[in-house]
Amino acid sequence: MEAIFSIELGLLIVALALHVVVGRGTFAVIVGFVAYGLVLSLAWMGLSAPDVALTEAALGGGVTGTLLLRAHARLRGAKGDQQPVGVFGRAAALLLCGGVSACLIIVVLTLPAPAPTLAPQALSDLAATGLGNAVTAVLMVYRALDTLLEKVVLLLALIAVWSLAVDRNWGDRPMFESGRGTNGPLIFLARALIPLGVMVGIYLFWVGADDPGSAFAGGAMISAMGLLGFFAGVCAVPRVSGAWLRIALVFGIAVFLVIGLVGLAAGSGFLTYPSNFAKPVIVLIEVAMTLSIGVTLAMLVVGPPAEPSQS
Amino acid sequence: MSIATIFGICASLLIGIGLYGLIVQPHPLRKMLSFNVLGGGTFLLFGAIARRGAAAGLGGDPVPQALVITGMVVAFAATAVGIAILLRFFEETGEASLRDPMKANSKELDH
Repeated sequence: MEAIFSIELGLLIVALALHVVVGRGTFAVIVGFVAYGLVLSLAWMGLSAPDVALTEAALGGGVTGTLLLRAHARLRGAKGDQQPVGVFGRAAALLLCGGVSACLIIVVLTLPAPAPTLAPQALSDLAATGLGNAVTAVLMVYRALDTLLEKVVLLLALIAVWSLAVDRNWGDRPMFESGRGTNGPLIFLARALIPLGVMVGIYLFWVGADDPGSAFAGGAMISAMGLLGFFAGVCAVPRVSGAWLRIALVFGIAVFLVIGLVGLAAGSGFLTYPSNFAKPVIVLIEVAMTLSIGVTLAMLVVGPPAEPSQS
Repeated sequence: MSIATIFGICASLLIGIGLYGLIVQPHPLRKMLSFNVLGGGTFLLFGAIARRGAAAGLGGDPVPQALVITGMVVAFAATAVGIAILLRFFEETGEASLRDPMKANSKELDH
């Protein structure tokens, strides 16, 4: 029964992917991509990975979808001088990609029988971390360095986006097509939903210690609420030179680094936590990270500082 | 057929589909969409392999799952940078295509 449901879900995902790749009309394709992200998160549930499912739904579907829809709206009026790939090129690409898929399917069907797993090791030290969710333990304890560097990558990406600003606009606000406080239903939605959404975001990271949820999913939720506020015009997009914005952006990395260095100074090594109160330290890092991830994601979506739109 | 195998095959197909779009679609925005389809497939393949590592009462190996979460955030960051470059390019040139401007100019001269 579960297999039948999974096969149907798999077919739906493949159909949506085909729509995204070969469908007509960029707008329809982007909406298809958001649906693809949401259905993919169901597949993650099927694979018993609820933490990943939450991140995929929030980030892969929602925030990426907003980013793409905005880009599509801005690109309206672009010269449509696209050179489509010829029939021969298409056939060659089809052959190549079909080959790649076929090889991967063969690999999937012939994976080694006792699958290698780190699950027992991940669980054996779980008690010492004070956490109940093994995925959070991997993110925050066993592979904490990866998570720290990944936060740095997010910040580097934002610096890359900002560096694309025209010189005279530097330090200004990013351009955002807000309703300028005139769209009544949107303002109502923003006022009703933002407090709830921020609470859900905080909840997602808080339960992440023991149950599905993580700082990433929580941060994505908070960034979505920020974007809704920008869209409705109930809160202004911050200036990129603003001190509070800068502090919020580096807060997560700073707390992470300070705690990491304290571990180093205490003689137990970089990014080690004190064994008797590891959990409060981890939660402290996650609070800072959730805030920073939320702000960084939202600023990545709104883009580089630009001149105020005349509309 | 196990759940991991079903989604493993599904992920393999997604990777092929995404790669096809990346090659064939001329529009940069469509290329980025295809790239994200390809990325989704890659993550799902990793997830299917994690599912096979279910042990000790866990539904899957938590290490690949955590790595996928990290990967998704990085994929989003890369997409945001790509979009920002594309929009800036459009502002500068009024175009959103990847054709070689030198070639296009020489063609116009031919006419």
